[in-house]
Amino acid sequence: MMATFPNAMPVQGLAGGLLIGLAAAIMLLGLGRIAGVSGLAARATCITDAGAPRDVAIAFVLGLPLGAWLIALLTGGIEATFPSTIWPLAIGGLLVGYGTRLGSGCTSGHGVCGLSRLSPRSMVATALFMASGFITVGLLRAGGAL
Amino acid sequence: MRMVVALAAGLLFGAGLAWSGMADPMRVQGFLDLFGNWDPTLAFVMGGAIIPMAIAWIIKGRMSVPLAAPRFELPGTAKIDRPLAIGAILFGMGWGIAGLCPGPALADLAIAPLAVLPFVLAMFAGMVAHRFFPLK
Repeated sequence: MMATFPNAMPVQGLAGGLLIGLAAAIMLLGLGRIAGVSGLAARATCITDAGAPRDVAIAFVLGLPLGAWLIALLTGGIEATFPSTIWPLAIGGLLVGYGTRLGSGCTSGHGVCGLSRLSPRSMVATALFMASGFITVGLLRAGGAL
Repeated sequence: MRMVVALAAGLLFGAGLAWSGMADPMRVQGFLDLFGNWDPTLAFVMGGAIIPMAIAWIIKGRMSVPLAAPRFELPGTAKIDRPLAIGAILFGMGWGIAGLCPGPALADLAIAPLAVLPFVLAMFAGMVAHRFFPLK
């Protein structure tokens, strides 16, 4: 069925996605908050004074690499291929940092939490960052950068 | 107590990112690469994450307070303005260029710390830049 998409991992994708959704549900029903990684990361580092209590933000942010490390341990390693030069990482990082603060959220806050809440604000944000991502990668491909 | 809950949520979130392949920038870029060798995995991740979260919103509607906090503190859903639009577009550009968004970038600190460090530092620099020079 997936012959046309040789790289697809639908089963792991769905399973990992369910864990992500469960994590966001715990934040909502347990602590009454959105599991938005950009906001929590800014709060944990004191870049913003708004949002979750700082200890909550720090605990959540520390959990991210811990959870990934645990999966890497259990599965014998996680594949992660990075851009070969520093420039895409530096420029991409700046845009992601600035853009997520300006737009009040990223893939987790607007994408997972906002879409499932049927929030018009998050639907617009998700449509825009998806479209922007598709166009950016399309241009990189057209320009021979991929 | 609230720190334990937040740590558990972060841990599950990071585990989900790693398991689903989203900690791999190449795979995320493959999803955004419609005209290349398109990789639909990210759509399965989003779909999988939205299912429990949609149920959680329904349960939330029947609760007056969360289980381990005094009250719900949630952002508004209606306001669609210029900062939201410009911010989302800039974020999408960076997401496409690097193949990373904030969650996977922080999770990758355990998978490939040296490789992801330039992105994480630049991301926090971008957040600081917004604090001092916020576009309106």
